[in-house]
Amino acid sequence: MKNRYALRKTIFTAAFLLVFIFSGLSFYRSRHLREPVVAGDGLLEVRKLSHYFPGLKGSINDASVYLLGKGTSSSGEGAALVLGGAHPEEPAGRLAAWLLVENARVEAGRLFVILTANPSASTSTRPGGAYPPDYEIPTPWGRQKFRQGDRWSNPLDQWPDPEVYIHYPSRQQLAYMDIRNQNRTWPGRPDGTMTEKTCYAMTQLIIKEKIDLVIDLHEAELQYPVINTIVAHQKGEDLAALASMMISSEEGFNIGVEYSPVALRGLSHREIGDHTPAIPLLLETPEPFLDATRGKTDRALLLTGRDEFVMKAGRHGLLFEKLDENGWPIEVRVGRHLSSIIQIFKVWTELHPDRPIQMENVPRYAEVIANGVGYYLKNPDGAPAGRLFYE
Amino acid sequence: MAAFITFLYYLMVAFFSACFIWNFRRSKNWQTEVLYLIVLLPFLLRLFRLK
Repeated sequence: MKNRYALRKTIFTAAFLLVFIFSGLSFYRSRHLREPVVAGDGLLEVRKLSHYFPGLKGSINDASVYLLGKGTSSSGEGAALVLGGAHPEEPAGRLAAWLLVENARVEAGRLFVILTANPSASTSTRPGGAYPPDYEIPTPWGRQKFRQGDRWSNPLDQWPDPEVYIHYPSRQQLAYMDIRNQNRTWPGRPDGTMTEKTCYAMTQLIIKEKIDLVIDLHEAELQYPVINTIVAHQKGEDLAALASMMISSEEGFNIGVEYSPVALRGLSHREIGDHTPAIPLLLETPEPFLDATRGKTDRALLLTGRDEFVMKAGRHGLLFEKLDENGWPIEVRVGRHLSSIIQIFKVWTELHPDRPIQMENVPRYAEVIANGVGYYLKNPDGAPAGRLFYE
Repeated sequence: MAAFITFLYYLMVAFFSACFIWNFRRSKNWQTEVLYLIVLLPFLLRLFRLK
């Protein structure tokens, strides 16, 4: 009898170890996946966020800041900061920023790009929500793998959450988990949580580098009213409205403009405008993967944006953006972001000829749709010396 | 303060993991043994900072 118990426990233990090792390895690999970035000719320098706030040094959120332009000093020309990956589960934002760093040539002004504004959030997914750990983009030289990520910083890096999150400095009460949401912790504080410190470091970057424009790249579910739009702080209303018109007339798609609510605190489009001289704009594209009524939550849905259940929600009038059998492919979403950035810079330069921000060689909406996102990703195996970085 | 709470939390996770392993060893019922192991899994994933 004793031997039977021992044998059973041995079998159970072996099965347990198998599951533990398999799942543990999967989580470990996902958390430590190295994503290559082959910087283009426009790159001047890669800094860390701790350059602007040493309190972030040694933290997983000491993100890389890619500086593109012709000179590192803050000359009379304009400067812009593009943020991808504040919410890494919204991949079009990260990929659009990726294509900027790998392709853009800045002809006037300085362009700062952060591909993963919340690196901690990029290392965690929601297995309970059936999120895949990663996804791949096909390229002419193979497939490039990216971390799927989540909306919130990884609890391994920031824990515990409070009962109620009290935003600093407004003291507005927000949902408890949003203390790990990078788009609820602006402008940040030097003695706050890791996510608040990250926002504080970016706020310092904006102030010290005399940034004129901040463009925060996001995606949204179709059942959320703020979608396919530019969310603008009141300082940037004219710029956003003009850019919206230019995009509609020149780029082949429509994008709306929403004004940043004064009473909704912690968001980039509110706090950056209130606490720095910069104009913040937040861009949203549709991502059916995020809709609560979605069906199978897999890599295909993430990249094609095609889902029959979300479509059905649309037939019942529950969506704020149309969804048909064409879905919302990643090419469309990344292309929208890139063309929007191009037009925002163009309008900015027309309105402020003394502080121009001009760039070339960035694929536009129609080109990304025609060629695919991967066409513009560079092969890390052929990267010139000093041009290969990892996120 | 958060660091201190986190330290206590990991101590607690280690303590409960040890309890589950101890109970698994003593149990004579196969269903209870499976239950202990299923519950143990997320505790170990957190203890080893994997998830």
